[in-house]
Amino acid sequence: MSDTNSPGTTGGDPGRGSWPEYLGGETGRPEDQGPPRRVIGTPSPAASRTMLTQPDGGDGEELIEPFTPPEPQDPDRARKAERIVVACFVLATLAGFGFLVAYALVGVGSLTDTLHSNLWLGGTLSLALLLLAAGAVIWVRQLMPTVEITEQRHPMRSAEADREAFKETFEEGAATSQFVKRPLVRRTLIAATVPLAIAPIWLLRDLGPLPEKSLDNTVWRKGLRLLAYGTGRPITAAEFNSPGGLISVGPEGYLANDDEMAKAAVIIIKFRPGELVFGPETRPGAPSVPNKVVPNWTVDNIVAYSKICTHVGCPAALYEQTTHHILCPCHQSTFDATQGAKVLFGPATRALPQLPIGIDSQGFLIATGPFNEPVGPSYWERS
Amino acid sequence: MSVDRALGGTGNWLDERIGGAKGIRVLLRKIFPDHWTFLLGEINLYSFIILLLTGTFLTLWFQPSMTDVVYHGSYVPLRGVRMSEAYASTLHISFDVRGGLLVRQIHHWAADLFMAGIFAHMIRIFFLGSYRKPREINWLIGIVLLTLGMLEGLFGYSLPDDLLSGAGLRILEGVIQSVPIVGTYLAWFLFGGAFPGHVIIPRLYIIHVLLIPGLILALITVHLFLTFYQKHTQMPGKGRTNTNVIGAPLYPYFLAKTGAFFLFVFAALTIAATFVQINPIWLYGPFNPVAMSAGSQPDFYMGMLEGALRVMPNWQWVFFGHTFAFNVFIPALVPLGLIFTLAAFWPFLEQWITGDRREHHLNDRPRNAPTRTGIGIATITFYGILWAEGANDLIADHLDIPLYWTTWIARVTCIVGPVIAYWLTKRICLGLQRKDNHLLEHGVETGIIRQLPGGEYIEETRPVDEDALAVLSSRVAHPALPAGEAAETEVPASGMRGAIGRVRERSYKILTESAPIPEHIHGDGHGNGHGDGHGPAQVRSGGATASGTQAEPHPGDEGH
Repeated sequence: MSDTNSPGTTGGDPGRGSWPEYLGGETGRPEDQGPPRRVIGTPSPAASRTMLTQPDGGDGEELIEPFTPPEPQDPDRARKAERIVVACFVLATLAGFGFLVAYALVGVGSLTDTLHSNLWLGGTLSLALLLLAAGAVIWVRQLMPTVEITEQRHPMRSAEADREAFKETFEEGAATSQFVKRPLVRRTLIAATVPLAIAPIWLLRDLGPLPEKSLDNTVWRKGLRLLAYGTGRPITAAEFNSPGGLISVGPEGYLANDDEMAKAAVIIIKFRPGELVFGPETRPGAPSVPNKVVPNWTVDNIVAYSKICTHVGCPAALYEQTTHHILCPCHQSTFDATQGAKVLFGPATRALPQLPIGIDSQGFLIATGPFNEPVGPSYWERS
Repeated sequence: MSVDRALGGTGNWLDERIGGAKGIRVLLRKIFPDHWTFLLGEINLYSFIILLLTGTFLTLWFQPSMTDVVYHGSYVPLRGVRMSEAYASTLHISFDVRGGLLVRQIHHWAADLFMAGIFAHMIRIFFLGSYRKPREINWLIGIVLLTLGMLEGLFGYSLPDDLLSGAGLRILEGVIQSVPIVGTYLAWFLFGGAFPGHVIIPRLYIIHVLLIPGLILALITVHLFLTFYQKHTQMPGKGRTNTNVIGAPLYPYFLAKTGAFFLFVFAALTIAATFVQINPIWLYGPFNPVAMSAGSQPDFYMGMLEGALRVMPNWQWVFFGHTFAFNVFIPALVPLGLIFTLAAFWPFLEQWITGDRREHHLNDRPRNAPTRTGIGIATITFYGILWAEGANDLIADHLDIPLYWTTWIARVTCIVGPVIAYWLTKRICLGLQRKDNHLLEHGVETGIIRQLPGGEYIEETRPVDEDALAVLSSRVAHPALPAGEAAETEVPASGMRGAIGRVRERSYKILTESAPIPEHIHGDGHGNGHGDGHGPAQVRSGGATASGTQAEPHPGDEGH
């Protein structure tokens, strides 16, 4: 058990005691820089040096100096501290039982019951934990004597001799395995790992379908009614006659389809005559003039815009009646509803697309065509 | 007596099978230095343990499914509402499982504490220079842990499928979609098709409860092992050198203290969960792609990314039929990516510039590394401004500032602010160094005025006491660079030639800028009895060090 040359066999803290060569290695004496000069197995000269700083560490085994901490200095204070610690632990026990009892007695099942249950369970648990923690801290601080011990550090770098020995062992193994000698074995082995390394990524292909053109279009087409989101009822222009009003709508038949609604959500806004800045009349689906409302896509000063923000796709859900601003609550992109929902501020680049609307034979609002451009956030394939 | 019995019984049984008596004895006597900032890392460890415990409890009822159901539980306002099973089961945990709400809230608070603790821990490691050799590996592991923690948190709070977190997923989808070339495909693979689809919650669930926690657990294990193996750093102080550790042993001191600290962390989280409501998903309502409310913020650790998205001008190009959404992918990837990359490279960059390849176990006081401290504060300023911008609508509302002003203020200050912060911090550090020098050179003012025989009045000073002296004189000169091209008499050393050499020389000057290290210490002779007896001051890079706690040179240090 005296001096050991093999790192790791003694376990525990390798920095201290188990690697005596380190002690020699770290001081930077010239004799330690070269190859080891002593016979393996004999005590290291470092051990004798250790003795100077380690009173009990003479033979390299007993490197930990035992310490017998003194009794607490003031017995009266210690007794008082003990009483406080015990009180904390007793109360913690009671609080802990309180937790168990509260679980059994206070039920859940309504908002107020849940509130009470949460207060009782949380309160008792908090109290138990807090008292335990406080007791433990007072114990450490008041009952345990203060101790300060100095331990030596050793450089992380292994001693030269160990590094040499490691190199030898490693090279020996490499030579024995013939791995270096036979390049064909080595290269084919490496080549064989390549497809296997790609395989896990390959297997992920079926995570989802390819996007194809699905982001370019929504389900809106000519003749689909605009249904109010929430009630699901169709809307007549006469019903929706309060200027400044806003309704979220979706296409008939798709209100419960989240995947489609994530693209097809639309807001309709009613304006006073003269508030809208009109551009030229445009065929539904054809490119429209920027920053202008297409007049023949509106019904009686009701305009329909995509609700999906062109920034990252949040619903642009806020509308300010006095300024006619549509505001996206996520990143504050602001659009002017009177000017074709052009961007006024914020990180969005493109205006909210306008949906061409009209009325059907029964007077309900319908789409008169699809959006003339992709809605929602930008994507690579969008031109 | 009970100790005897435990050792004789269980101890004997174990030792006969494992034989750990010797090794574990060494372990029990491992020395842990003490400083309050060393507790920051423990906060993370304990919050993580609490996260594992509470998270396991939650999985017993949570249904990671996006199948539509109609709610019939105890929460009356939502009865009859169509929602996903994930949302319904979260309501069930909150209102129909005893202790469910408490555990859910502990889990969420613990996640926030985990992330806050990581930030605080990282900041302390940076400013004290604890990441320096040999601890670079642990620094890198820490950065990976921070990244994993952010993802884990984001995926975790998205699981209940409520309106708020659904908007977060929508933003995530929009961000992924904006990535050039592969973005759309990545988004479709992640969501299994169009947003929101029916697979994202189950996918996030398994990543959240198995994959990332497993990685975090493995990395924490390595992180702790390395901390243990390399031993803790220590703060400068009397008798503390680069080659020793002073503190109390693991058993019983550290075990008792850290056990108590675990209980405190747990108690703090329980108190928060009992009295402070967090993530009340029943108020947000189930997710639908059409609704969104004002004042929507993610959890705090995602706020910086949110702010970056808000602050970015709306630049976007269409080239050859393809959209470059700079307004989305630049803020999503660049600011945080830059900080993490810089942080990961910093220890190596600093080593290369200063040529300092010594081991460092004695922490720097932040003032003693003015440039590093300046860079750190500048980074925190940059991060902080973008983080605040992530809640700009709330700030505008509460402070009555027009909304767009907040964004413009953030746009300007996120560039100007870090520069000012860097300059100011560096000046303050240099000033503090001079104050320390003054104390070392002239001693502490006593307030006693004495008249000299010549009639002159002077104030008496006394030397600083030993403890303060050890701290004040802990500043060590940087090793000098090998001669560069500026030294005309010598041939430039390799690595110091050409443009790279000039960059290194200039960076060295900036990085090592410090007040001169005082040569004479007031009352030297009796105030100098501490330390390790490595007598005379050593001269390095033109500056003389005060003797005492300076680093001893190791043979393992290359090239000095």
